[in-house]
Amino acid sequence: MTEIPALWSYLAAAPLTWLTVTLLAYLAAATLSQALHHTPLANPVLLAVIAIAALLTLTGTEYGTYFEGAQFIHFLLGPATIALAVPLIDNARTIRRVAAPILLALLAGSVVAVISTILLAKAFGLSGSVLLSLAPKSTTAPVALGVAEAVGGIPSLTAVLVILTGIIGAITVTPMMNALRIRDWRARGFAVGVAAHGIGTARAFQVNETAGAYAGVGMALNALLTSLLVPLIVAWLV
Amino acid sequence: MLPALALLLTCQLAGELLTRSIGLPIPGPVAGLALMLALFALRPQLVATLRPTATVILANLSLLFVPAGVGVISNLDILSDDWPAILPILAISTILSMLAAVGTFLAVRDLTGARDP
Repeated sequence: MTEIPALWSYLAAAPLTWLTVTLLAYLAAATLSQALHHTPLANPVLLAVIAIAALLTLTGTEYGTYFEGAQFIHFLLGPATIALAVPLIDNARTIRRVAAPILLALLAGSVVAVISTILLAKAFGLSGSVLLSLAPKSTTAPVALGVAEAVGGIPSLTAVLVILTGIIGAITVTPMMNALRIRDWRARGFAVGVAAHGIGTARAFQVNETAGAYAGVGMALNALLTSLLVPLIVAWLV
Repeated sequence: MLPALALLLTCQLAGELLTRSIGLPIPGPVAGLALMLALFALRPQLVATLRPTATVILANLSLLFVPAGVGVISNLDILSDDWPAILPILAISTILSMLAAVGTFLAVRDLTGARDP
């Protein structure tokens, strides 16, 4: 029989281990999140990241070793961005019918997200790569990571910031819109899709079907706009 | 499924080549998304080819963020220093962005008469 330390040294270095761990951790997190009725705080991404990060720290595994396995999942972010073309085309007629409110709300929400992030970061004394990692935080992760890399941020930091932004949006949107007595589901959904991407969109779908559809449109359009805006605004403000 | 994967990867590759060759500051996959939309306009039947695979990928989008998110362990030093600044920045900016979007949507809706159907 093979000694346990020898077996472990195989497991700790094998990409298969970390690919499997990623999938299992996510499945467990998704199951737990479902059991908690999709409470925004029990976000499956956040739970899975915490569990895997704890495991890597406990076993003294380097992120690079982990990523050799997890990269196969990470790679799909690119194709996933292109797959957004399908919901965009599916909603093309809806978008055309309320084109003016949608396009102007997209511009306002996206510009305010990027500019307020950069100005607040400066006011809080942040600079350099941390500030640049914050800039694309309102857009969906595959796009945000690409934008962060393009402007000199740290993609892995941006990934965490994007997820946190989504959770903040998902928690605050319903109480805020109710307090403001906004009843147009299209406007409510669209706003959370622009500001809090996929996690906000998932939240909108739980509250109202129309809000969810408009949130999806907001998320997809902001993926396009943020990638154009961030480099311009960074060149202007930073 | 294979034609859909071929379509996705070809668009991504074309997007990467396009942004790199003319030095566009946008991520290659975003250029690929724009190319995919252009292809849909030229050949609407491609939407049906792509739909099943796209639906599966987008339904499990959250999983794809996990490997990058775990990268937080390489950034713990930054986060532990800047944590008290980062959380309020994210919260304030996200709320401001939602307010700007919802306010603009409602104002333009009323101006153009695009009332709830």
